[in-house]
Amino acid sequence: MALRMSGSRPGFGRLFVHLALVVACLVFVLPTLGLLVSSFRPRNQIALSGWWTAFQTPFSFTLKNYQNVLTRANMGRSFLNSLVIAIPATVLPVAIAAFAAYAFAWMKFKGKEILFIVMIGLLVVPIQMTVIPVLRLFNVVHLTGSFAGIWLAHTAYGLPFSIYLLRNFIQDLPPSMLESAFIDGASHPKVFLSLVLPTSLPAIASLAIYQFMWVWNDLFVALIYLGGSQSVAPMTLTMANMVNSYGGGWEYLTAAAFISMAFPLLVFFTMQKYYVSGILAGSVKE
Amino acid sequence: MNIILMLAIAVIVVPLLLVGYIRLSEPLAGRNPRRAAFLRPWLWLLPSLFLVATFLVYPVIATVISSLKDADSKSWVGLANYAAVFTDPDNLSALGNNLLWLVFFTLGTLLFGLLIAVLSDKVRYESAVKALVFIPMAISFVAAGIIWKFMFEFRPAGEVQVGTVNAVLSALVPGWKPIAWLVNTSTNNAALIAVGVWMWTGFAMVILSAAIKAIPTDVIEAAKIDGASELQIFLRVTFPLVGPTLGFVATTLMINVLKVFDIVYVMTNGNLGTDVIANRMYKEMFNFHNTGVASAIATFLLVCIVPVMIVNVRRYRRGGI
Repeated sequence: MALRMSGSRPGFGRLFVHLALVVACLVFVLPTLGLLVSSFRPRNQIALSGWWTAFQTPFSFTLKNYQNVLTRANMGRSFLNSLVIAIPATVLPVAIAAFAAYAFAWMKFKGKEILFIVMIGLLVVPIQMTVIPVLRLFNVVHLTGSFAGIWLAHTAYGLPFSIYLLRNFIQDLPPSMLESAFIDGASHPKVFLSLVLPTSLPAIASLAIYQFMWVWNDLFVALIYLGGSQSVAPMTLTMANMVNSYGGGWEYLTAAAFISMAFPLLVFFTMQKYYVSGILAGSVKE
Repeated sequence: MNIILMLAIAVIVVPLLLVGYIRLSEPLAGRNPRRAAFLRPWLWLLPSLFLVATFLVYPVIATVISSLKDADSKSWVGLANYAAVFTDPDNLSALGNNLLWLVFFTLGTLLFGLLIAVLSDKVRYESAVKALVFIPMAISFVAAGIIWKFMFEFRPAGEVQVGTVNAVLSALVPGWKPIAWLVNTSTNNAALIAVGVWMWTGFAMVILSAAIKAIPTDVIEAAKIDGASELQIFLRVTFPLVGPTLGFVATTLMINVLKVFDIVYVMTNGNLGTDVIANRMYKEMFNFHNTGVASAIATFLLVCIVPVMIVNVRRYRRGGI
């Protein structure tokens, strides 16, 4: 460290490093910024001049794009749908996986090892491999195009990774802590709810954020199981349909895209630590 | 369906059901201690096992079976669907594109991720750079697709370019002719792959940056005292030491790129020679209603991923993961 800072070759090398990093930051930020700025520009201006000219006087910004897209293009409804889909699709897999993880970590039963190996094998199964039979099943029990169907699907797809992650965490809790609770006469549900869950909160937070973002940003699962029904479509599906039907209607697309991004960006900036650690842990999955 | 009611179910009823289930597990297991000890684990595992069996295990088997049957899953056709996957010109072109993605997406993401990780390690505003580069990981592929469709927007030469890419190139390169990036068949695949790289660089950067920081400083300092240049240190010390991590990140990226779907679906819908196999599968299934070929494509995806599955299981059995 000290050596590096006192390096005797400032000048060109350092300048190159700074320059390269500034260019990198611009490449990763400007596209999103351009979208954001455009979403506040009137339709005719978006079509006639680049978004970077918006900062020249006279300014003309508008909220009309947002108003239109929320009321007329179904994005308001889709925002609610995204919430209705993503909340249970996060709570269910995390909770159900926590049950299983607790059993894997602290209970004795036959076939435990082989079951856990099956879970690890299932970590990388492509969703594509499952959709045709599941859709057939959904058609039989009338779950196609319903919230319940997509909750179950997202829950199941999230389970192997959630079980794997939580079991690793719960297994590392100090045995003395659990044993003393059992000696005091606590039951398994009691130990699980009042001891294991609270102490596993960091792992649960990372996992929950990871799963929520995955579901919130998912297009494929929604496209397959919710299909064409507008009334249950999440934002990703509505936006994908807008791209096809509006083509170059940038005043709609930019506003819609930003509405869908606002929430993930907020989560990212406020809970960056959990989010990054969730993504890193999730890399075994995909 | 009433959306407010659904939201209430989502926030209140679902958690209550879950807590209720786990509280009920003790009465369900019964009073006999031996029987309870036997039953209890299975009660805790039951919801997981049921869902995993229904949505993962059974469908995988059923898909392999229907890949050997005809379009309506009626009669057996042997390997004819697989033959179709590898002979149909549209599928072959998609496979070729996946190969392009596999090579250029993986190399591009690794290269930029490594470059930014190494360079940002040398400056004080490192955490700011990393946060900004990581932002695209937080947004959906659909939103990224819209962002970049807007970036690649094309107007004929002579008109005002409102797409950032053509505008910047016109300003920087004298005599630049604007390109319809997503339409021109010699640039459209590259443009789509660039969007993928843009989204995933942050992921590679974060993991590689952690690996770089794990290199002991005395190793670097010893090299400096011996008179090694920055470039030599990178090539002879840093690069070999991050090698295993690079391999891990490359594997992750390759699994992902096999399944790439959203970017292509949103930006070109696979038209003009940009299709990839995941999109072919979707089309075979929903546009052509050919369950057999769609299943064969899915099974092909799974077969490509099986080696990774085996490596994961082996690593677990050695106590690794």
